[in-house]
Amino acid sequence: MSTAAQKKGFGATLWEWLTTVDHKKLGILYFLGGGFFFVLGGIEALLIRIQLLVPNNDFVSAGLFNQLITMHGTTMIFLAAMPILFGFMNVIMPLQIGARDLAFPFLNSLGFWMFMLGGIFLNISWFTGQVPDAGWTSYTSLAITSEGHGMDYYAIGLQIAGGGTLMTGINFLVTIINMRAPGLTYMRMPLFTWTTLIASAMILFAFPPLTVGLFFLTFDRLFGGNFFDHEMGGNTIIWEHIFWIFGHPEVYILILPAFGIFSEIFPVFARKRLFGYTSMVFATVLIGFLGFMVWAHHMFTVGLGPTANAIFAVATMAIAVPTGVKIFNWLLTMWGGSIKITTPMLYAIGFIPSFVMGGVTGIMQGAAPLDYQLHDSYFIVAHFHYVIVGGVVLAVLAATHYWWPKMFGTMLHEGLGKVTFWFFFIGFHMTFLIQHWLGFWGMPRRVFTYMDGQGWNTANAISTAGAALMGIGVIVLVINAIMTTVKNERVGNDPWGDGRTLEWAIQSPPLFYNFPQTPLVRGLDTVWIEKQEGNESGITPAVPLQDIHMPNGSIIPLLMSLGLFIAGFGAMYRLEASWGLPVLVGGLAFTFLTMSIRSIKDDLGYYVTKEEIMNDLKREGGRK
Amino acid sequence: MAEFEIYEKSPAEYNLIQRRAKRGMRSQVIMFSLMIFLTLISFTMVTAFQADVMGFSKYLVIPVLLLFAGIQVALQLYYFMHMKEKEHGFAAMFIYVGALIAFLTVLTFLTIVWWYPIYV
Repeated sequence: MSTAAQKKGFGATLWEWLTTVDHKKLGILYFLGGGFFFVLGGIEALLIRIQLLVPNNDFVSAGLFNQLITMHGTTMIFLAAMPILFGFMNVIMPLQIGARDLAFPFLNSLGFWMFMLGGIFLNISWFTGQVPDAGWTSYTSLAITSEGHGMDYYAIGLQIAGGGTLMTGINFLVTIINMRAPGLTYMRMPLFTWTTLIASAMILFAFPPLTVGLFFLTFDRLFGGNFFDHEMGGNTIIWEHIFWIFGHPEVYILILPAFGIFSEIFPVFARKRLFGYTSMVFATVLIGFLGFMVWAHHMFTVGLGPTANAIFAVATMAIAVPTGVKIFNWLLTMWGGSIKITTPMLYAIGFIPSFVMGGVTGIMQGAAPLDYQLHDSYFIVAHFHYVIVGGVVLAVLAATHYWWPKMFGTMLHEGLGKVTFWFFFIGFHMTFLIQHWLGFWGMPRRVFTYMDGQGWNTANAISTAGAALMGIGVIVLVINAIMTTVKNERVGNDPWGDGRTLEWAIQSPPLFYNFPQTPLVRGLDTVWIEKQEGNESGITPAVPLQDIHMPNGSIIPLLMSLGLFIAGFGAMYRLEASWGLPVLVGGLAFTFLTMSIRSIKDDLGYYVTKEEIMNDLKREGGRK
Repeated sequence: MAEFEIYEKSPAEYNLIQRRAKRGMRSQVIMFSLMIFLTLISFTMVTAFQADVMGFSKYLVIPVLLLFAGIQVALQLYYFMHMKEKEHGFAAMFIYVGALIAFLTVLTFLTIVWWYPIYV
């Protein structure tokens, strides 16, 4: 299986990527898939900002504007932010715990293909001209009366993608609990692994409500259900509860891995142990738990009554405490460190004030009486973009630069990286800071245009200019990535020079079995400890060189997801086209067929022999 | 292919495993009969209630049924799904945290979300 040196044809390469169950390749697929949707969502954002550039603009119609904001939100949360984070988790987390793959490699592949086909399903709506248009929260009443198949694309597309997310979350949980290297106790785990663990646990508890809610919505719209129709005894508020019981944990599922990424970057470039490791872990767990106790703060103005509002307001503000603990720990990690300002470190330093601003406006909205003033205004738009862009997107960009060498074996250009940062960072604050005031001045969110003479013109123009700067930043990043890939200058194990965790003690990119010998972990930042004690390789093997058991690739996950994808179209057109029902049944039958093939056919994997590992090591020994 | 090493158990180890298996089997049989016994009592109670036997009011039958159901769930989890054994701590923790979150959510709805309109 030593295929590294062989040249392969295009078909063989394509087949290899379609059938892969390797966590590093699937991570790269997640990263590229998520990156594609990120660009798509970004283009939608730019169109929104162009429409709002001047008053009474008619660049897009009101209907198209609704479609754009809905698809922008849905794409960015479900198809960009989560998959890109999943990409990093997939590639890096097993390396950090000294594992050779996730616990269920087949399931990992299935999770990816369900996400990808769910995302494509959602975006095919652009080609049929019936696009989701009830907002990313898809509040019912509006969502149920929405004409055409737009909201069906939303419900079914997210159902498929959400199923993949749930599977992969469980996969991460099982991997971290069972596959840590010898010596890697829970309190020695790198923070990125910890946040992956907690985020996955939150996925386990938060995604089932979404699944249920989306099924209800699908049944209401397509199969004559009446869950949310008040005329038939349903209750439209139930959707809001179900959505936010999922939706609030969801935003912590996004931000916790971002916290983890920055908790990796700060110690490496401050060249100092993470300050307050134990309290960081505790804060992560606490945020994860409290995340389930605050969903109704999205619904203060629904009229739940003062008791509910007061209790949820207090619970919301409680979350600021563990988050504050984290902020101070990062600051104190840098305090007295020998700081190296690299691109990832720039993002990390930029993240702290940006995220604190988003957090503070969150507390303001957490005060229920004030929320009555801020609700549905541009203040809300400013707030959630400050936490999502200032937190999650900055983390994603930081991680892209930080882990690029580990994923692709080359180093992104530092100068261009810093150009990206400054364009994006300045553009980000320009776009969203002014929107706080737009909210105070009374501009409601989700309006497709506004009248002249309300004092909103300059602010909106500034906001649009900022969005353009962010766009330039992302374009520079894409150019940087292409340039780096074309140049193809390979780097060694630890190109940053100060790696502390296990992924920096192996090749970039790692061999397909990651670790020739399972490593022994001797403490937090084990590679750093080894290097301090004079072990150049940074790794102490825990076991002698043995044959390695590896899983076989399989095309079945792609086919399984394809069945669901096809069934989705059948469900949508069941009543109006004669082919609808057969396609629905056929698609599901195809999925069940592939499932039964998977169950019946034994696939025991294969062994990488000692000799092959020795050969790989010899070849790698040539370059350091 | 890989070379497999065959590990031979010593007689003492073998005996220990045998003894543990026997003890495990015994506890499973005992719990299984206990569960059948609880089920029998439940059916008898409901039959007695339907036949208007004196003393079997619904205020007795329903709480006792719920109690038995709880016991059955616990026995099922701990004895037949092996939660009582070592190294099942994580699974237990997840079940309890999940149950706690679900309980708190339902409690929230019953106490502070949907009671208010009754008073206005």
